[in-house]
Amino acid sequence: MIYFDNVSKRYSGGRATALEEVSFQVEPKEFVSIVGHSGAGKTTLLKMLIAEDQPTDGRVFFESLDVHSIPRSRLPQYRRKIGTVFQDFKLLPHKTAYENIAFAMEANGRSDDEIAENVPQALGLVDLEDKIWNFPGELSGGEKQRVAIARAIVNQPDIIIADEPTGNLDPIATYEVVQILRKINDLGTTVIMTTHNKGVIDELGRRVITMDDGRVVRDDREGKYVL
Amino acid sequence: MWTAFKRIVRAGFIGFWRNAFVSAASIFVMTVALLVIGATLLMDALLGVTLASIQDKVDINVYFVTTAEQTDIDALQASLEALPDVEEVTFTSRERALEEFSEQHRNDETIMQGLEELGENPLGASLSIRAQETSQYEGIAAFLEEQQALEDPQQPLIDDVNFVKNREAIDKLTQIIDAVETSSLIAMVILVAAAVMITFNTIRLAIYTTREEISVMRLVGASNTFIRGPFVLQGVMYGLVSGILALLVLYPIVVWLGPATEAFFQFNIFTYFVSEFGRLFFVLVGVGVVLGMVSSALAIARYLRV
Repeated sequence: MIYFDNVSKRYSGGRATALEEVSFQVEPKEFVSIVGHSGAGKTTLLKMLIAEDQPTDGRVFFESLDVHSIPRSRLPQYRRKIGTVFQDFKLLPHKTAYENIAFAMEANGRSDDEIAENVPQALGLVDLEDKIWNFPGELSGGEKQRVAIARAIVNQPDIIIADEPTGNLDPIATYEVVQILRKINDLGTTVIMTTHNKGVIDELGRRVITMDDGRVVRDDREGKYVL
Repeated sequence: MWTAFKRIVRAGFIGFWRNAFVSAASIFVMTVALLVIGATLLMDALLGVTLASIQDKVDINVYFVTTAEQTDIDALQASLEALPDVEEVTFTSRERALEEFSEQHRNDETIMQGLEELGENPLGASLSIRAQETSQYEGIAAFLEEQQALEDPQQPLIDDVNFVKNREAIDKLTQIIDAVETSSLIAMVILVAAAVMITFNTIRLAIYTTREEISVMRLVGASNTFIRGPFVLQGVMYGLVSGILALLVLYPIVVWLGPATEAFFQFNIFTYFVSEFGRLFFVLVGVGVVLGMVSSALAIARYLRV
């Protein structure tokens, strides 16, 4: 469902190369981990997918849609098909857990009834029913990331992309977050995750794409963390 | 559509309250800016009234010979009134002139005595001419000079025109009025421009503090209108509150200044404030709302470009 076709990205007149002729594809319902050192191009790859960044060469397809030919006015609609989770959570600090998730639904134009029904469900899926009215500042790192995941899944996207979702979390919270992502994948949503946590990769036992210096150096169906 | 509107309005109100400190700071700055605009408007009115009353005191008088026929005087009055520059022509008869003269000099024995010995009325009738602008007196004087030149030298009608004597004073006054009007306009433009720029920058800073949130909103697929809406609404609310606050602050000031301005300018600024309240309200609140709205929309535009 996702195709990277010879995608390259160079910054500032070719001095720095973030991606170098990257090609791979992701099938529906896959759980793909992208690993690599800092600066290997993992985050750039995800930014290409949500059209936050333009490739210098090559194309990115979401199903049959060329992501970078989407007109700017249609980008919000496109981004609603993708749920995003980040290392730094990116919750709205002035909104409660409930409102953060409700905002994503409101932006999608969903009805008030749907919001009232789906937000508690999504929070239930990440085990946070009791923190529904807390502001992000009142939550632990793991709890914040679970709210962010609930927000990412509440619109039933086709795909979840998670950029270092466990980067700021302790081992227990990391375990919980990975379990939730796996559960979401089991329910039928494609997941693409970047990480450099060896334990997470080895425990998952799913597809691993290894990147180094902007290139894909390994692509293993049931990979281990090898660098 | 309606749901989206409702949500934007609600988000605007929530943002206004939850960012109370930023809201208060923006409102404070906007109130000061609007106060400057309000004070400028009041000063301008005060100046306008003062200048108008000075201008009112300037006129040209045409004195007729004592033997002048009323029909000739009427004819001249009619032709003067037909001039586009002339605001008003007032006729003073010989009898009225004498009455006024006696009234003015009733304590002056010598003059009263002389008048009595003279036996007849030595004063001629006169026309007092007021122009719309002080600068137009030149043209009216030229017209009168022309009339004088056309007269039969044996039987003159016009005895004297006092413009020539007053010319210097009138010219000087015209210059002063022009200078005052120009400089007050310049001062007003500078003050208003400063007020607008300060407001714009304050709102830009207020929105700068939320730039992270805006990027998050984009990531969850919110459309630009949906992101912009609450901020623009907050700008409108800042303007509304600031406009009303500015009027509330101006009120005690004009109450306090009222008697002083009454005594000095014969113009009560408090009465003016009350009678023109509708217009002042419309201008201050309107400027505040438009300023808040436009500032917000412009400030947020840069964060909506992908």
